[in-house]
Amino acid sequence: MHELAVCQGLMSQVEQIARREQAERITRILLSIGPLSGVEASLLKDAFPIAAAGTVAEQAILDVQEQAVQVKCLSCGAESEATANRLLCAACGDYRTRLISGDEMMLMSVELERRENAQGTPHV
Amino acid sequence: MCDTCGCNITDGNRHLIEGDGKLAQTESGREAISVLQGLLSENDHAAAHNREHFDRHGVLTLNLMSSPGSGKTRLLEETIGALGGELRIAVVEGDLETENDAQRIRDKGVEAVQITTGTACHLDAHMVHKALHQLELDEVDILFIENVGNLVCPASFDLGQHRNITLLSVTEGDDKPAKYPVMFRAADLMLVSKSDLLAVLDDFSPDKAERHLRELASSAPVQTLSARSGEGMQAWLDWLRAEHAAAAERIARGETVRPAIQPDGQLLHTHSHDHGHHSHD
Repeated sequence: MHELAVCQGLMSQVEQIARREQAERITRILLSIGPLSGVEASLLKDAFPIAAAGTVAEQAILDVQEQAVQVKCLSCGAESEATANRLLCAACGDYRTRLISGDEMMLMSVELERRENAQGTPHV
Repeated sequence: MCDTCGCNITDGNRHLIEGDGKLAQTESGREAISVLQGLLSENDHAAAHNREHFDRHGVLTLNLMSSPGSGKTRLLEETIGALGGELRIAVVEGDLETENDAQRIRDKGVEAVQITTGTACHLDAHMVHKALHQLELDEVDILFIENVGNLVCPASFDLGQHRNITLLSVTEGDDKPAKYPVMFRAADLMLVSKSDLLAVLDDFSPDKAERHLRELASSAPVQTLSARSGEGMQAWLDWLRAEHAAAAERIARGETVRPAIQPDGQLLHTHSHDHGHHSHD
């Protein structure tokens, strides 16, 4: 159960962003998680209120976008859906595939409310 | 840091930020800030820092992972005995409690630093960094990091190692790679350990274990060995010698290497980490 540790890392990233953007509060956090990241989305959601308590994101909604496992075959080139423990090419059956999706463990975006008169840094 | 270059965008989440994807829109009264940063970016940053130290001191660092009781410490004891005069070895031991494993390694005449994690189920890059302060890296050719016995959590945390070695003992099921795909997918070498027990544990098939590993799209070599009987140890020691020689050549060329399986985004992570180093001497 390392999801709490992951969540604590997330909180320090979110707090940094809140400071940089002079946010009053964070209202929503969007993550992208794949089954091969080693992190369980439901456990992350359970750990989140513990990690977020007393922070600028205490009231935030944690949204987790769960990603499907997809591979590209290095032998026949086909792209196919796979499962976490069977990363074979669905077209030719070869095991020499490259994962193209499914190991994401990423903070995609945060939604925030700024303090009155605060100017955020421009971002691209 | 990597909060703007988008290097963690994969085919699976690209649609979220492009076109009229969820993240491209801003709700009224609130502002959506695109971040695109790995959730473990603080750890990964510390890991990159560790890896630079290893490379600068010419150290090959190997991360040993497995369930508890698969024979990691026993393998290290025998490895130290066999390579003692040839390569200088040091060990970082990770356990929830006790100095027992570090003491076993010290009894072999080798430096060992024990990290006790308390309740944490894995080592992270910061813990390893702290442990490095207690080691003279210039005196070390191969540093083994014996991770906490656990087939789940250690796989997610980069420590700065060059290679991952995952042990699977024959007292476990040969379908462990299918049950713990994240862990076994991370292996650059899988060791089937305690092979001396195969004679009495005929339900474990090393071939099946290898087949389950291949189904994870892994081409990592598989070696079957017993630290107790010595069977298969030669191939393991030769692998270590070859990795050490390759590391020396790599360092001479100014290159580094990471375990084969990294999240796709990290493979694209080409930023240099040449900022603010402090001395470990």
